[in-house]
Amino acid sequence: MQRYSGFGLVKHALSHHENWERQWRNPTPKKAYDVIIVGGGGHGLATAYYLAKEFGVRNVAVIEKGWLGGGNTARNTTIVRSNYLWDEAAALYEHSMKLWEGLSQDLNYNVMFSQRGVLNLGHTLQDMRDIQRRVNANRLNGIDGEVLDAKGVQALVPIMDCSKNARYPVMGASWQPRAGVARHDAVAWGFARGADAHGVDILQQTEVTGFKIRDGQVYGVHTNRGDIEAKTVGCVTAGNSGVLAKMAGIKLPLESHPLQALVSEPLKPVLDTVVMSNHVHGYISQSDKGDLVIGAGIDGYNGYGQRGSYPTVEHTLQAIVEMFPIFSRVRMNRQWGGIVDTCPDACPILSKTKVKGLYFNCGWGTGGFKATPGSGHVFAASLAKGEMHPIAAPFSIDRFNTGALVDEHGAAGVAH
Amino acid sequence: MFYIHCPYCGEHREEEEFHPKGQAHIARPADPAACSDEEWGDYLFFRDNPRGIHHELWVHAVGCRKFFNITRHTVTYEILETYRMGEQPTITAESLARAEKSAGVQVANGGQQTVGASDSAVKDSKGAKV
Repeated sequence: MQRYSGFGLVKHALSHHENWERQWRNPTPKKAYDVIIVGGGGHGLATAYYLAKEFGVRNVAVIEKGWLGGGNTARNTTIVRSNYLWDEAAALYEHSMKLWEGLSQDLNYNVMFSQRGVLNLGHTLQDMRDIQRRVNANRLNGIDGEVLDAKGVQALVPIMDCSKNARYPVMGASWQPRAGVARHDAVAWGFARGADAHGVDILQQTEVTGFKIRDGQVYGVHTNRGDIEAKTVGCVTAGNSGVLAKMAGIKLPLESHPLQALVSEPLKPVLDTVVMSNHVHGYISQSDKGDLVIGAGIDGYNGYGQRGSYPTVEHTLQAIVEMFPIFSRVRMNRQWGGIVDTCPDACPILSKTKVKGLYFNCGWGTGGFKATPGSGHVFAASLAKGEMHPIAAPFSIDRFNTGALVDEHGAAGVAH
Repeated sequence: MFYIHCPYCGEHREEEEFHPKGQAHIARPADPAACSDEEWGDYLFFRDNPRGIHHELWVHAVGCRKFFNITRHTVTYEILETYRMGEQPTITAESLARAEKSAGVQVANGGQQTVGASDSAVKDSKGAKV
């Protein structure tokens, strides 16, 4: 792998930037691998990267039916935070946050991770009680957090309507200064380049059409480019996890919904942090290009259509204009719908299945992007050792039968 | 924007009057105390989540406030039928597959016929290649 550096930039300028090497190869599938990762989104690529780099498993294939970063990885609002309420979830997201903090250096790829802080607003007394409880829980878990009053919020975000005249006046917020945003495409590309450099085969335009299972043990997958064998298969396919699980005869407690994101026309810098509101139900930040990046809730019905409904767009923008009257005349440029796999307890599933050697990493619902490096790291550790990593263990699929749920609806940012 | 026919009001109304309430036809176990953890967990949390024909429970929230069922395709989002509580759907993935087979519906080579076609119908008409 050609390392990126200031010196390299100067060197390549001499040849008019025409000789940069490709970031990853486009190999033909081998007959067999040690591990197959199904799904070439952020989590899948991160899993492959850490498998090869930290756990010495280099004979790995990532199978992607479309192209890298063509799904939810490039369809999200790029928010990264770790202020979750329960110990299990906090450990997982904070593990991820710590990896984010060194990720650009580790990957030698600028993922533009910007710790500009995240505000979770409270508009009612109960919101404020929940915020205090969550911030206290965060601090006990070693995660930074502060409770701000309306004045404190106004000082951080002068353009927001924090007056008493708002329909739902801002009473305060939780503030996580280490949280922020990252460039989503760069995350996918950086992990892909890193994984490829460690020998991982990234197979794009390759669709898994079935699993090869004998005596309750998986030994490969059927694809549109022929059969590929491996005794360990990890499925990281977000909204399509249910479809994949069905091929293996497994049922998952997931429902797939469209989740939308919107981007406005570019503006001059006006918002230097991330603002989320559970109560008026919307979240917003400004990208380095100047676009406002906006999101809110899922469409309530099940769907695989990768497009969202107009009523949801309207409600999202109503919420944003309620908080930021200054944005009332901003025009929206683009809109996407990604398919998210929501779990009953708003926590992911990182689990073995009843098929030996077949693992699932899914159910991240509306908040998977922030967990990309952490999810990949603990999932890679689990695949390499054949035992779930201690941070991943509480997220077993068995919890829906034992009742040991990790109910994160409160801290999951916006209502699901 | 969906335009939904409420089987109680007998009128088409726009989506915003309604709320989706998840999968339809989930029967509560007759004797919950007799359920194993497995059965009770499955009843509470595990859903079909199909890519294709789906039967859903909806409520006409700002209309008659009654619950009813919708049969809808989860990729095209086409609504195939709405029917009252307690009734059974006349259109299912299986019935569509049978109808298409007997009518000899052709599916474009390699393409997915979307309007009203179930996954299994597509599969059937494409033969064993899929």
